[in-house]
Amino acid sequence: MSGTHGTETTAGPVEGHVPPEATSATGEAGDNSAGMAAVTRVARATLSPNGVIDDPTELRTYECDGLAHYRVTPALVALPETTEQLAAVVRACSEHRVPFVARGSGTGLSGGALPRADGVLIVTSRMRTIREIRREDQRAVVDPGVINLDVTRAATPEGYYYAPDPSSQQICSIGGNLAENSGGAHCLKYGFTSNHVLGAELVTPQGDIVQLGGLAPDAPGYDLLGTVVGSEGTLGIATTTTVRLVRLPEEVRTLLAGFRSTDEAGAATSAIISAGVLPAAIEMMDALAIEAAEAAVHCNYPAGAGAVLVIELDGASAEVEHEYAQVERFCTENGAFELRLATDPAERALIWKGRKSAFAAVGRISPDYIVQDGVIPRTALPEVLRAIAALSSSSGVRVANVFHAGDGNLHPLVLFDDARPGAGRAAEEVSGAILDLCISHGGAITGEHGVGVDKAAYMPKMFTDDDLDTMQMVRCAFDPDNISNPGKVFPTPRLCGEVPGKRKHAHPLVEAGLADAF
Amino acid sequence: MTTAARTRLDSARTALSSACSEVVDATPADAVDGVPVGLVARPASTAEAAEVLRAAAVFGLVVVPRGRGTKTSWGRPPEQADLVVDLSRMSAVVEHAAGDLIVKTEAGALLADVQAAVGSAGQRLSLDEVVPGSSIGGTLATNTSGPGRVAVGTARDLLLGVTVVRADGVVAKAGGRVVKNVAGYDLGKLVIGSFGTLVIVTEAVFRLHPVPAARRVVSVSAGSPDDVQRLVQLVVHAQVVPAAVEVEWSGTGGGTVGVLLEGTAAGVEGRAAATIALLGGDAHATDELPAGWGRLPWADEPVAGRPTALKATFALSALSRVLAAGQAAAGAAGVQLHLRGSGGAGVLYGALPAGTDVAAVREVVGRLREACALAGGALVVLDGSPEVKAGMDTWGPVPAIDLMRRVKEQFDPERRLAPGRFVGGI
Ligand SMILES: Cc1cc2nc3c(=O)[nH]c(=O)nc-3n(C[C@H](O)[C@H](O)[C@H](O)COP(=O)(O)OP(=O)(O)OC[C@H]3O[C@@H](n4cnc5c(N)ncnc54)[C@H](O)[C@@H]3O)c2cc1C
Repeated sequence: MSGTHGTETTAGPVEGHVPPEATSATGEAGDNSAGMAAVTRVARATLSPNGVIDDPTELRTYECDGLAHYRVTPALVALPETTEQLAAVVRACSEHRVPFVARGSGTGLSGGALPRADGVLIVTSRMRTIREIRREDQRAVVDPGVINLDVTRAATPEGYYYAPDPSSQQICSIGGNLAENSGGAHCLKYGFTSNHVLGAELVTPQGDIVQLGGLAPDAPGYDLLGTVVGSEGTLGIATTTTVRLVRLPEEVRTLLAGFRSTDEAGAATSAIISAGVLPAAIEMMDALAIEAAEAAVHCNYPAGAGAVLVIELDGASAEVEHEYAQVERFCTENGAFELRLATDPAERALIWKGRKSAFAAVGRISPDYIVQDGVIPRTALPEVLRAIAALSSSSGVRVANVFHAGDGNLHPLVLFDDARPGAGRAAEEVSGAILDLCISHGGAITGEHGVGVDKAAYMPKMFTDDDLDTMQMVRCAFDPDNISNPGKVFPTPRLCGEVPGKRKHAHPLVEAGLADAF
Repeated sequence: MTTAARTRLDSARTALSSACSEVVDATPADAVDGVPVGLVARPASTAEAAEVLRAAAVFGLVVVPRGRGTKTSWGRPPEQADLVVDLSRMSAVVEHAAGDLIVKTEAGALLADVQAAVGSAGQRLSLDEVVPGSSIGGTLATNTSGPGRVAVGTARDLLLGVTVVRADGVVAKAGGRVVKNVAGYDLGKLVIGSFGTLVIVTEAVFRLHPVPAARRVVSVSAGSPDDVQRLVQLVVHAQVVPAAVEVEWSGTGGGTVGVLLEGTAAGVEGRAAATIALLGGDAHATDELPAGWGRLPWADEPVAGRPTALKATFALSALSRVLAAGQAAAGAAGVQLHLRGSGGAGVLYGALPAGTDVAAVREVVGRLREACALAGGALVVLDGSPEVKAGMDTWGPVPAIDLMRRVKEQFDPERRLAPGRFVGGI
């Protein structure tokens, strides 16, 4: 995160703490104090004494996530230590119609873990047990608060790792990753969280504990797990989670290539992918991002580069060697003027350091900035980057680009100084225009940071009312009372009609006499 | 069919015919797992499919979607089937963006046609065609997968976006046409493996992979379930990056482990040599895929009659226990059980010959189900004779079934899409 250097925000209104369109998400109108009191009693009776926070000063520690621009103080914070405790709190919320919001490590960049003033924030930071590293099964079973990188640390002695690697992996939680379907630099080859989460215990918004998926693949029935992954905490809270472990590759080669322009770097990226080479990662940084990283961490990127690519190849040595030769050629053919292959872990770490610290580094060259997260088809990269540059020069708002070039996931950093009147507004306009560019190129409004509270208003630009209405059917099935992270993801929640309860009648199959045979 | 039902169908036909240019009376060949069908509508577009479903909703028709009809007997027979919505006219490969490695197709497109279209650019949709003649929609609805799942996963790992028609005729889409996208719920996941009970898929967007330049298969024989497991474990923990790790276990004991290696010519050569050294025994490499590779074992049975088709899933470490349970159960029941599947993914398919006594099938299913459940998995009877299906719980116990029912109630409150075909009577 940007620490003291700036506020990380995305395309949200800049003035004032909570923008008007977000009030449905924040619950300012909370008047269910009796319900809240009842939930507090249950929490006190169930959790350890220091696992229930209602002191106003302490509560404020939890008022925002990684999108520090939105702040709401929750009515209560609960820190369960077990699934049962967590479920008890949720059950109480359900009984008393009190909204709840799950929080892992609070690094989310779309305000997904923004609390409700009239609700409970349920934090998983005391659920950090790695239950099993099952080498033979290539799986790990972990609690939701476990830190992403700790899974890899625990699996490495066995020759395995957890592949999804968000830049925040030293602090973000597996539960948060699951909820956001987080990506990382190596998702180009290995896929996202949804490809690596194979099972989860889910505490439903009614407080029931159900198992979705598990150690084995293809569980019969609807793939509810696949639906819960990426649902941003709106379908319940995931607890013990089963993830895939990936065998460490025999060889890894990390290459830094300097280009004169993002056009050249984009062309090299396309050439590599078109040739059928699938690197583990292809990351791009433009001149402004390089300048920032250089100033912050002295990563020694090629001087005068208008763009760099960080390309990592991994796999069986025999393949990597061959692919490396191809990649080198494509870079050179497309104008790379400097190629640097990391020869030892220290050099590799230095190459990645520039990339991974880029967000924070930008904080040094600009007091404030917005992190955007749009996706475009990879082939549209050069065109969209030129359009962003044009937007930047016509508006006078600086934009640094750091992104996952291999899969077209852009992270433009829109720089501004909030102390200058109107600067925030101008930055926000550029940020919004970038999203429009993504949409008009057939892309998506978020590739990995989620919709949260921040982009809910953009959903209708990408989806029709019918699309959104259909998604709401899923929410109504899971959360008919709309208490699980309400107001996030969707601009307008749907009334769910009759609350589906447990079936009152025998199932038709049973009625027909068919099920008796079972 | 009752007279009342007949009259209802007759009035529905008029409405359907104005919704869709091809509406015909069903023939016995259209029956869905023995359940007779009244009408067949063949929409030519998503819009037509939506009109058809709207008309069906008005007349309260029970609808069963069909791609190319290669797996209509899978699952349980539907309670009723007034109307089959056949998607074979929606067979276009709509868009292949080679540079972006994506393809958009209509749901009735043949998987083979999609492969041919993207193959011309040296790309492939990494879904094995385990049932020849399958359409995209049917492949999604039944979530079939083959050997290649070890490296690239299954439909859920490849599907980027879907267009669906709901039971009420509303068209909706989710996901998109870019490889990375977390905006909104991933409805595609819900649709995969839903056996036509939730919505009708009309279009799908997939990510593609480059076709590798070279491949080799290393095969080695295994004498016992423990031996199979030992060999599979050796491969998956090595760093040879297998594209597939297949297990073949004949009814008579004894089997084969096959390891597919894909990549560059030089790379594959080296990895094949490493794999042979690793596995020892009679391990040897071939360029051609071994006979029966990736074919569902019941497809090996004579065409006449209906073999029982099983799917077993389990944690990788339970491979030997599942094989042993199958062998023991088959032995005790005096039947032939042929198992084949992805040892590297924890999936085995099983075939019991047509005509196998129902009690014997139940015995094998019970023992295998127990072994799979202990290994975090499940055993499903995908297909079988009417006697077999009537004689046992084919889907088996399903955790979270209440939540699944609630999803169904939201999407199809009148239970008009393939009712009774899916888990728990959904
Ligand atoms: C510097 C920095 C770099 C980042 N880099 C990346 C990156 O490369 N790729 C990427 O994808 N993201 C990145 N992120 C975003 C963020 O780290 C991820 O979204 C991460 O997965 C959030 O995890 P968390 O534990 O902090 O979740 P939180 O922020 O606490 O919560 C995120 C969302 O998940 C929900 N949630 C949390 N736990 C659960 C649970 N157990 N069950 C259900 N819902 C739950 C919350 O309600 C909320 O909606 C970055 C963030 C920062 C600050």
